[in-house]
Amino acid sequence: MQSVLPIDLVSIAILCWLALGFLGLALQRKPQLITAFVFPAGAAVALLLAAAALGALSGPDSVAVLPLGLPDLPFHLRLDPLSAFFLLLLGAVSLGISFYSAGYFRTMEGGTLGLLCLEYHVFLASMALVFLADDAYLFMVAWETMALSSYFLVTTDHKVPEIRRAGFLYLLVAHVGAIAILMCFGVMQGGHGDYSFATMRHAHLTPFWASATFLLALFGFGAKAGVLPLHIWLPEAHPAAPSPVSALMSGVMLKTAIYGILRVSFDLLGVQLWWWGTVALALGLATALFGVMFAAVQADMKRLLAYSSIENIGIILAGIGLTITFHTFGKDAIAALSLTATLYHALNHAFMKGLLFLGTGSVFHATGERSLGKLGGLIHRMPIVSILVLVGTLAIAGLPPLNGFVSEWLLLQAFLLSPGLPHPYLNMLIPVAAAALILAAALAAYVMVKFYGVIFLGQPREEKLHEAHDAGLWERLGLTWLALGCVLLGLFPVFVILHIDFVTQGLIGQRLGTSAARTGWLLLTPIHPERASYGPLILFLIIITGVVFTLFAVKKLFHVRLRRGPAWDCGFPEQTSRMQDSADGFGQPIRQIFEIFFGIVREVPSPFDKHPHYHGETRDRLWDVLYLPIARAAEKISVLIGKLQHGRIHLYLMYSFLTLLALLALLAFIR
Amino acid sequence: MTTPIIGQVINLLASLLLLIAFAMLSQRRILSLINLFALQGLVLSVSTAVVAYSSSQHHLYYSAALTLILKVLILPSILHRLIRKLNVKWDVETLLNIPITMLLGIVLVIFAFNLAAPISQMASTITKGTLGIAMASVLLSFLMMITRSKAVPQVIGFLAMENGLFFAATSATYGMPMVVELGIALDVLVGMFILGIFFFHIRETFDSLDLQHMEKLKED
Repeated sequence: MQSVLPIDLVSIAILCWLALGFLGLALQRKPQLITAFVFPAGAAVALLLAAAALGALSGPDSVAVLPLGLPDLPFHLRLDPLSAFFLLLLGAVSLGISFYSAGYFRTMEGGTLGLLCLEYHVFLASMALVFLADDAYLFMVAWETMALSSYFLVTTDHKVPEIRRAGFLYLLVAHVGAIAILMCFGVMQGGHGDYSFATMRHAHLTPFWASATFLLALFGFGAKAGVLPLHIWLPEAHPAAPSPVSALMSGVMLKTAIYGILRVSFDLLGVQLWWWGTVALALGLATALFGVMFAAVQADMKRLLAYSSIENIGIILAGIGLTITFHTFGKDAIAALSLTATLYHALNHAFMKGLLFLGTGSVFHATGERSLGKLGGLIHRMPIVSILVLVGTLAIAGLPPLNGFVSEWLLLQAFLLSPGLPHPYLNMLIPVAAAALILAAALAAYVMVKFYGVIFLGQPREEKLHEAHDAGLWERLGLTWLALGCVLLGLFPVFVILHIDFVTQGLIGQRLGTSAARTGWLLLTPIHPERASYGPLILFLIIITGVVFTLFAVKKLFHVRLRRGPAWDCGFPEQTSRMQDSADGFGQPIRQIFEIFFGIVREVPSPFDKHPHYHGETRDRLWDVLYLPIARAAEKISVLIGKLQHGRIHLYLMYSFLTLLALLALLAFIR
Repeated sequence: MTTPIIGQVINLLASLLLLIAFAMLSQRRILSLINLFALQGLVLSVSTAVVAYSSSQHHLYYSAALTLILKVLILPSILHRLIRKLNVKWDVETLLNIPITMLLGIVLVIFAFNLAAPISQMASTITKGTLGIAMASVLLSFLMMITRSKAVPQVIGFLAMENGLFFAATSATYGMPMVVELGIALDVLVGMFILGIFFFHIRETFDSLDLQHMEKLKED
């Protein structure tokens, strides 16, 4: 009997997702069945996918040819460690998000829910196909399906004009990016006319064309990932989408772009040039700093998280850049370290950002508010959500012993090893880059204090917040799974690295696990025990003991004088919730320091105004500098071309007839 | 049959095709136009079958049968039904008068023959001489689309152009792959249905099938 390969299981999972989507469409009249059955079944499929991917990570590459597609142009599938890693990410994160969706969408009206269920599962299946594709044709089909299904998910509330606008912007950027990716594949097939990845691996490109391919890939995938200056769709689309969709887009879909960059630059392109790494590194750091700065001044909780996603994508891209740089100079051990850190961070970010977006969904459901200025004090009303979101917040802020710390620490170790490079300028510049990375990480912590503090701590800023309720069972299940992921990924880094090793082995032929696990699984030693080591479990135990001991001591010694009072009272005799530090106030120092980067629009009322009104808005300057001129130019050209329109069909036919004759004559003339 | 005779037969059919194209260009009556179109389809089908026989390319038999069914039987009957329903059997006026159109047509034929001459020399197929005729009939059909002001003759011009393209494909390379041919056949059929629906809408909106009324649709 033939045994079942992981690739078969993955294909079955994809088919199941598609089937569940159509089942949801068929069950439109019974919305309670969709939420109680279809979404949990989707979660079960995600578990199957994750398990199959975990199995495939250590197994040999497997390939399959689907008899679909055009005649003589079948779909090729391939499951190698890189695909398996990202499929694992997809399965593990969407498991939590599907559980959460089962609860989140239960109040939705049947028709909309049926369509949403279809698009949701098609979105999941298309992302899995992107990771599995082994020819440019299937890749583009899956990529476009992913873009379209997510567009429809973003515009679920299409009756709101801003959401339609956000959706359009997203679709536009996605397609500009897709064109670049298509051209990238076009260059890479090198005139063979065969678009399977197997041929591309063997195509020999000159350095010029290889660079063109890399830059096109960086542009195209960067548009999807939200790399500067193509990030503009992210802060619009993420708040517009329902929270589970934002979680999926930010957690997983942005990673498809990272996968694309890795696939093209490490697998398909045979050569690499060192300056590619520098470009990616600089772009990544600029994106990270930009994202975190803007995150600090946002007043909408989902926009804040969207900018934070831009920051994390920037860090991941910087890691890729660093890996390329080390790899081209032959420092494969350090390259393996930075690639491991990059992949680790991608996995971590999927968990943390998924968790946080789902948390904002629960807050939104409970209060109907997205604006930070109207939230506050929710920790009393929603204790479980608060604790679970706290885990995500601490993780993304990069605090040990959670997962965000591990990947950022590993990446910093890689940065600090750069003096080994045989290139004087890079030797000087990369430590500066490391400083920028640390700045971004520190600001990220600041942003997260703002995020958590304003929403959950202090006192409720609005009367209606007193009626807020905690999340339901399905939601809690989803949130708990993702929070658990954050904790486990942080506590057992050696196991994770041993799995990521299969990917780095495949991409740069070097593994980190041998040195990382040198002193056993308790202690993580990326290069050498003398240089740096990190024992998360030990640290965790110390923290737990410390907390328990302090609590005990406080209870024993101070229990008499313990007094409960309003939070953040600051000794004022009379205090209202309006007197707390607001979201704008909290971001104000950053706005002052980095004022030149923001386009700030503010209306401050005069002191004598009877009905004072304050309005502050932080605009993205790139929008005015880069996008508006392009839009205006396009409009001008369209007006010029519009003059051709007469409304007379004969003239239109005449245009094409004359063009045809002119082209034919040209052909005859050339010959 | 020996090869020279087959070559003669093919050339004869090709010239018939060109003749029909000219006839369509000069025809004012829609009913006759449809009959001419059916005749053109028949000639096309026969010539494809002859080419199939001489070159023993079996898939060409299928395309000949397809042409026969689609272009001689189905499409003309749809067109007949359409004009009966739309009640537009009368003469059509042309934008240019007929003699000038015919002169322009002759110029186009000369142009097409000049263009095709070097390609025909390189080709090794038995039908190589007919490429010029095929291109000429494409261009003539296009000219017909431009010079008619009513919607139905324009659609017939479009269908005739497809005939010319099909003939070009058989004469230059013994036909396209079967998949492509099936696709085109389906496209033509679907296109016909859609255009038929458009006819009704155009007439409903403008009370006429005269396309000059469509200038009103222009945005200001």
